[in-house]
Amino acid sequence: MTIFGVPTQALFGQLLIGLINGAFYALLSLGLSVIFGLLNIINFAHGAQYMMGAFVAYFALQWTGLGYWPSLLLAPVVVGLFGIVLERTMLKRLYQLDHLYGLLLTFGVALVVQGVFRNQFGSSGLPYTAPAQLTGGYNLGFMFLPTYRAWVVVFSLVVCFATWYVIERTKLGAYLRAATENPTLVQAFGINVPRMITLTYGFGVALAALAGVLAAPIYQVNPLMGADLIIVVFAVVVIGGLGSIMGSIVTGFGLGVIEGFTKVFYPEASNTVIFVIMALVLLVRPAGLFGRAT
Amino acid sequence: MSTLTAPGTSARPVAVEISGTTPIHQIVAFGAMVTLLVLAPFVVYPVFLMKALCFALFACAFNLLVGYVGLLSFGHAAFLGCAGYASAHAAKVWGFAPESAIVFGTLVAAALGVVIGALTIRSRGIYFANITLAFAQMIFFFSLQAKFTGGEDGIQAVPRGTMFGVLDLRQTYTMYFVVLAVFLLGFLVVYRSIHSPFGQVLKAIRENEPRATSLGYQAERYKLIAFVLSATLAGTAGATKALVFQLASLTDVHWTMSGEVVLMTLLGGMGTVFGPVVGAFLVISLEHYLAQIGSWLTIVQGTIFIVCVLTFRRGVIGELGRLLKKPL
Repeated sequence: MTIFGVPTQALFGQLLIGLINGAFYALLSLGLSVIFGLLNIINFAHGAQYMMGAFVAYFALQWTGLGYWPSLLLAPVVVGLFGIVLERTMLKRLYQLDHLYGLLLTFGVALVVQGVFRNQFGSSGLPYTAPAQLTGGYNLGFMFLPTYRAWVVVFSLVVCFATWYVIERTKLGAYLRAATENPTLVQAFGINVPRMITLTYGFGVALAALAGVLAAPIYQVNPLMGADLIIVVFAVVVIGGLGSIMGSIVTGFGLGVIEGFTKVFYPEASNTVIFVIMALVLLVRPAGLFGRAT
Repeated sequence: MSTLTAPGTSARPVAVEISGTTPIHQIVAFGAMVTLLVLAPFVVYPVFLMKALCFALFACAFNLLVGYVGLLSFGHAAFLGCAGYASAHAAKVWGFAPESAIVFGTLVAAALGVVIGALTIRSRGIYFANITLAFAQMIFFFSLQAKFTGGEDGIQAVPRGTMFGVLDLRQTYTMYFVVLAVFLLGFLVVYRSIHSPFGQVLKAIRENEPRATSLGYQAERYKLIAFVLSATLAGTAGATKALVFQLASLTDVHWTMSGEVVLMTLLGGMGTVFGPVVGAFLVISLEHYLAQIGSWLTIVQGTIFIVCVLTFRRGVIGELGRLLKKPL
């Protein structure tokens, strides 16, 4: 069976790959958006923190025998704590300066972290196997669906919407949104804004680490796994609109799928399609699809 | 002192007054720099110096944008790299003379600057950094896949040729002085732009864009001109570099290169005249001497970034200027 001259097997295969990539785009751009909303910085270390998440899972397995499931919780906590330390010791000092310094600082952090891991583990990937419960797959008749990949898509959707729910529908989220609008006023109401900023950064970083654990069985564990990915995610964030939670989720998945289809119909453009879309979006809506004009 | 009317509409009520004379300490500093650079190749390995000079011009071009317009481009490698490919291709495949190859590369970068600039100039701050980075990555993937760039191999064995029909660039010293001339020309273009009514308007936009707009300056147009000028000079640096190393490769379009020029300018001093030059020489020396220890280089570079941002935001020349109480 073919659609537009492309076998359905290939089409659905690429659709699945697109959804997987989209899941990572969504999780990573969601973290970036949450951080940007409150701290007004672009966390350039996001890709490095995603890689750290995968490495925490790898170490947990190698050193203590802790498998995939505990790592799913452990890695975000450990890397999130790293983020909190980073925020308390360094980022905190930059808030009264131009926000670009935050970008430069986190860029430096990314270089150091990636450099250290590359020194220790080289540039080749280390294998990490999916847990036994998630191996195998289903034959859907028109395509083969590996269980692990289905799990990644479903789980990241759940995480994304849970995050959206907390920020948009709960009291905690209301504080957060209020602090994004006017931190001084929220502080005057007796809410500890600096602590909120610290925890928000930690949470955004933890999301990156979670994406890293999810990615480990698919892409292997590699010191540079986040280095190029993060730039695509930056483009995704620009398309969705910086700071928009729903925008990150929708554009993340959407662009993953578009990228997947481009691989089928015009493979040469698959690497650049997201950037082309970004250029087009900027022409029409400079604030991004879901962003508010500044 | 001369009173110059700012370009634009002739009916403008406000005239910008700027100093017509160059401060003496800057002339002294410039003289010292030229003297050092003329004598240096007889002491230091000339190829190393040529590399540093190309990057110094690249950093000066970058600084024009970040230091005087307040726009941090995280995608300047696109201009360096594209101009390198263009001049290498022109010299090798089309048989252009070196001067034409450099001009051609520069023009390609200028054209690219117009396109990317038109798309990005409306954004500011972090958005601008983010968007320029994404465009540069697009150029990177294009360079990776396009036929004429040679993909992973790049364009190798680019002939240096004979400049103006008389200067044989295969001679290392001839090549060096040509590079030095190109660098000084670019440096003076940047200097002149900063210290002109145009430069004053740029600084006004950097300090307070709505106010500059309210005074009747079309901020976006000024910013776009500055962006294109910066891209053009970055292109000159890239085109010259391709001839020096007889190579145009993916390294020059990769985002790490964009990061490197930020590092050079930050370390030397953003918004200073001589800072980017000093920063470029420092970073290139660092790379030269740390080349043996491989991936430690990234760690050292990252650490310098962190230290500069946290404690040394004025950079070497910025701090020196503060000590001497004179802008350098």
